[in-house]
Amino acid sequence: MQKLIRIEPSKCVGCKSCELSCSFKNTGEFAPSRSRIINEVFLEEAQFITVTCMQCDDPWCLKACPKGAISKHAQTGTVSVDELKCVGCRTCVSACPFGMIKYAPLKGKADKCNLCGDDFPECVAFCPTGCLKFSEEDTPLREKVLKFVRTMKAGQGEV
Amino acid sequence: MGYGWNGKILRVNLTTQSCQVEPLNEEWARDYVGGRGLATKYLCEETDPQVDPLSPENKLIFATGPLTGTYGAANGRYMVVTKSPLTGTVACSNSGGYFPSELKYAGFDLIIFEGKAPKPMYLRIYNDKVELAGANHLWGKSTSEAEDLIRNEFHGDAKVALIGPAGENQVHYACIVNDKHRAAGRSGVGMVMGSKNLKAVAVRGTGGVGVADPAGFREAARECYRMLRTHPVTSQGLPALGTAVLVNIINQSGALPTRNSQSGTFDHAEDISGERLAQTYLKRNKSCMGCIIGCGRVTQLSDPRWSGSGEGPEYESLWALGAACGVSDLAAITQANYLCNEYGMDTITAGSTVACAMELFERGLISEAEAGMPLKFGDGDAMVRLIEQAGKGEGFGKKIALGSYRLAESYGAPEFSMSVKKLEFPAYDGRGIQGMGLEYATSNRGACHVRGYLVSPEILGVPEKLDPQAIEGKAAWAKGFQDATALVDSAGVCLFTTFGIGVPQVGKLFSAATGKTADEAALMEVGERVWNMERVYNLKAGIDPSQDTLPKRLLEEPLPDGPMKGAVAHLGELLPQYYSARGWDEKGIPTEQKLKSLGVTS
Repeated sequence: MQKLIRIEPSKCVGCKSCELSCSFKNTGEFAPSRSRIINEVFLEEAQFITVTCMQCDDPWCLKACPKGAISKHAQTGTVSVDELKCVGCRTCVSACPFGMIKYAPLKGKADKCNLCGDDFPECVAFCPTGCLKFSEEDTPLREKVLKFVRTMKAGQGEV
Repeated sequence: MGYGWNGKILRVNLTTQSCQVEPLNEEWARDYVGGRGLATKYLCEETDPQVDPLSPENKLIFATGPLTGTYGAANGRYMVVTKSPLTGTVACSNSGGYFPSELKYAGFDLIIFEGKAPKPMYLRIYNDKVELAGANHLWGKSTSEAEDLIRNEFHGDAKVALIGPAGENQVHYACIVNDKHRAAGRSGVGMVMGSKNLKAVAVRGTGGVGVADPAGFREAARECYRMLRTHPVTSQGLPALGTAVLVNIINQSGALPTRNSQSGTFDHAEDISGERLAQTYLKRNKSCMGCIIGCGRVTQLSDPRWSGSGEGPEYESLWALGAACGVSDLAAITQANYLCNEYGMDTITAGSTVACAMELFERGLISEAEAGMPLKFGDGDAMVRLIEQAGKGEGFGKKIALGSYRLAESYGAPEFSMSVKKLEFPAYDGRGIQGMGLEYATSNRGACHVRGYLVSPEILGVPEKLDPQAIEGKAAWAKGFQDATALVDSAGVCLFTTFGIGVPQVGKLFSAATGKTADEAALMEVGERVWNMERVYNLKAGIDPSQDTLPKRLLEEPLPDGPMKGAVAHLGELLPQYYSARGWDEKGIPTEQKLKSLGVTS
């Protein structure tokens, strides 16, 4: 299976360490507005939602790119932008239904999460609560299933 | 400039409604770092310490530090510096959340507000686009209502710091709330903001903060991360129960000031503890920007009398609105805490003032007819009513809005105000914890726990365990903690990280961020410089050393019960040792030689 950034929203505390570490690694500055991973804080509802590129099997951005600048790695499955080929036309930005590829005005290129390439994903390294994990296994799904299963288990024995 | 610091100040003259961008004074930034130190330097240079705090001539400074907006050690803080209308001393109140970092991303280090707007206004910042907008429609609105209105009309991603009705109604301990539930809480900084007709500051910043040595900075941040994730206080205590973890700990140590400090233990501490909060109203944990501790508590109140949600109550609020008033009704405490946030009031002074009123009532100095209700210790409903009246400026609340010193003085009994320099002390009894007594007496903004938190060694045993009743060595500890805290506040780092990391780690972050190498000794000297500068400001403001004292109760009335039974505060012994440790003369005046060595203008 493909290794992906797995997100478990219930563990998030809204510290934005992911946005800080992502922007620092990939732009050289602490600039949450330029982060590839998004940690949205809903103050009223006390909800913290984190989203990032899911490295689609059949990526819209890849299909939309007129320059063939976006590719999906055969082994790792990572979808990345070749900045030498990218002309900054932003077609991919329109194509992605999740808003997970954006135009970076400072470099004039498309910009998206590439799971930090050969390095361990920086956002996962700096996540303090284990909300983010980098794994083949879909750990948040497993947690959900376990929660359901435990409820079922608690109900056994009662008629 | 350009690394760590943005190198830019925004100067807003509210009288003429002009907004100007100026370069940051680099020499001052080197000597005073940022935040608390740098803003106080500007205040000292630009205002007369004798200024009327509520006059247009007083200035209100919002200040970030060179580390604000980065990661590593909960680097999301800003400070509000001005002359306090509550104490007449220098005021510096600290807050986290998301607003401080956003100000950095917009490109500014400091905002200096001058003058007074002719009508209610608020400041809007979108990167380098800055404008003052009318705020008539926001005036009178609670902090959360006004924040929503501003985000709707200005920018959905804006971060907002603002005053509530308490700041507008000139409550002496009005605070400045940001991101709904965080507050620059103490010393009445919100009263100054209200006096200037400034309702809010809204900021959206899409820029970034660069550092001089990215690899070095990351390494320093990883070291902090490891230390904070392994220290019991920052990896277990605070994340698990928030600051409220302290209720049972401090009560068991016999130093939880109860019923206006008439006792050091509260029989019902368990009912207002962090453990109880976790079982009842806690919804989830929350962090400020870049913080890996996450001490914030989002709560939802469900009670037949009240409903609502928000953040807290934190430890200090649980105590002030709880034990200090003899109140064990957690719903009432939580409701009063929400009211303080919505009206924009410091929970510590608000609760302590109610506690003071309750003692004055029980002693027959305040009548039921005057108060409009009986004010008995333990009456949570009365406490909530008084807090609401204070925020609205109605009924007996007008007196509560004065703070405990002015309240008690108006009945000829100032000795029942549990305050130093008119600032109410927080949730540690200065008899039960001797170092805290010294700290309250000498703190430059009046009695305060976040100027030199000796609870850490005296009770928690961090970095080493000290006997809370010992005198020996405490003066030097107080000086060391005060100077280190002044540095941390100036860098833009959260004080809570210092349970797990120390000045050497802050120094590594600072050096890598700014490219200006500073070792531990140099940074401790920055802290000492800031401390002495604040002291000189206060002396010039007319706060003489005779005010380095404690309420008579702490000096003369032994704790009646609990593990610290019989203890009084030994300030008479500690104070001369402290002045000596500071290198001041025996009267408590910094010597010319000391000031010259630190480069502080006398």
